[in-house]
Amino acid sequence: MRRLLKLALQKPELAATLLLLLMVLFFQVRSGGVFLDYNNLRGILGFLPEMALVAIGVTLLMIAGEFDLSVGSVFALSPMTMAVLMVAGWSFWPAFLVALLACVVVGLLNGWLTIWFDIPSFITTLGMMFMARSMTVVVSGGFPPRLDFELIPEHLFVAYVGPGEMFRASFLWLVAIAVIVGMLLSRTNFGNWVRATGGFLPAAQAMGIPTHRVKLACFVICSVLAGLAGIIQVLRLGSPLPSLGMGYELQAVSAAVIGGTSLSGGIGSIIGGIIGATLIRVIDNGMVMSQIDGTWFQFAVGALTIFAVVGNAWLRKRGRAMKVETDPK
Amino acid sequence: MTDPIIQVKDLHKWYSGVHALKGVSLDINRGEALGLVGDNGAGKSTLINILSGLHRPDQGQILMDGRPVDIRNPKDAMGLGIETIYQYNSMVPIMSIARNLFIGREPLKFSLGGLGWLDLKRMREDSVAAIADVDLHLRSPDALVGELSGGQRQGVAIARAMHFRSKVMILDEPTNHLSVKETNKVIGFVRGLRDQGVTAIFISHNMHHVFACCDRVVAMALGQVVLDKRIGDTSIEEVQDVL
Repeated sequence: MRRLLKLALQKPELAATLLLLLMVLFFQVRSGGVFLDYNNLRGILGFLPEMALVAIGVTLLMIAGEFDLSVGSVFALSPMTMAVLMVAGWSFWPAFLVALLACVVVGLLNGWLTIWFDIPSFITTLGMMFMARSMTVVVSGGFPPRLDFELIPEHLFVAYVGPGEMFRASFLWLVAIAVIVGMLLSRTNFGNWVRATGGFLPAAQAMGIPTHRVKLACFVICSVLAGLAGIIQVLRLGSPLPSLGMGYELQAVSAAVIGGTSLSGGIGSIIGGIIGATLIRVIDNGMVMSQIDGTWFQFAVGALTIFAVVGNAWLRKRGRAMKVETDPK
Repeated sequence: MTDPIIQVKDLHKWYSGVHALKGVSLDINRGEALGLVGDNGAGKSTLINILSGLHRPDQGQILMDGRPVDIRNPKDAMGLGIETIYQYNSMVPIMSIARNLFIGREPLKFSLGGLGWLDLKRMREDSVAAIADVDLHLRSPDALVGELSGGQRQGVAIARAMHFRSKVMILDEPTNHLSVKETNKVIGFVRGLRDQGVTAIFISHNMHHVFACCDRVVAMALGQVVLDKRIGDTSIEEVQDVL
């Protein structure tokens, strides 16, 4: 029993899970029961995948020991590329693939610059954040293109599906991608390398792990997920704006950190990142539903980030200090 | 008894203008425990980094079992059976013992192009067996390496090398920052290697540790070998004099 408790206390996503339950309960009471009702829940779940997909990529990359501040700009660049191509007469799937390919290129550039010149990814992706944002405006030509919804397989991305039309199709994308990336991290040798690379780089190199390729792959996955999330948002909204996804890069870092991901790499989990993203969405929505002044939203997210990290560190320390009887041998 | 497993011939290495190795030649015999001593900057670390694949020599040749080999990276070294246990630990503290034991050499249930599904059950079972083989008793293969003491960590690193049937084990200052009791344990591990026919290269600043577990001592200074004697034919004082 104590051993189970010890293991649970050392789980990085524990604090966030507790906080999430607490917040949901709080808003449910505060809003007089409106928060968890069908329509509101449907709204939260419809919007959640867009943020959570970005958070998954950022979490994975942070576990590998690197940052990506360009995800917010890639979030806009990718749907803009797709929309411009479609306006030029391309059909949906080729335009979709080229848009994701653009994300691959951004991810490769981020990774290559960081690794080849041995500079902090904080810097390379900060630069990329501005460059990709600017590219988005350039590509759009100043006028946001309108998507022709006749050409778009909406049912695959944003249409409501499932029992009671509770979820959008994007939620299924989120579940599938979360399971795949989660398994990749915890159940494959690649995941082992990611954790080793971020956990202690010299040891990973000494054990012959191709750390450069591991990081590069994480940069690309992160970029592609941000681009996919952007496309999903645009398909929901109808038209890509060059300002899409602004501020998402830091919200994603917040989500990852709230979910127990360490800034120094190695520690963290995909589910933690998703819980963190959910928490941010719950606060955003819950404040509106319980008629709290919305201008406090950023304050709440900031306070939560700090609180979650402090709480996590404390829980982990308690867990580690907890004595468990050793097997008599 | 001259049956060298590794022969190093006229090895040179420059680091941005500094001549770190000036023509080092050395035969390492099969099954012996070789103590490598020398001051900081004497070239010990450069020599081992070359043998373990972290650096490549600018000039010279390495032979293993009489055949010339090209060690381009740590993977090549491990493939040849040369395993290195570093001063600052070749383990990731935030990962479990079982995962650390198999970093880069994970047993897979199935794989495609080098990537695949971990056989977690086998990782746990094999790591328990590997650790028991070096007489180390740990709670569980799921414990984090960061929670182990320095001596235990070196024990796990040695268990890992043994598990992969390394022929040559390089221990780079494994007794640094360890308590007396833990140091004795590590010295015990090195003696255990000889009994199992594993060749050991033991690097240390501490002569007493070298004399406690090695068959032969090689001293380096300013990028050259300055003394190479069997432990029985020399003394701590003599080695210290040449350094």
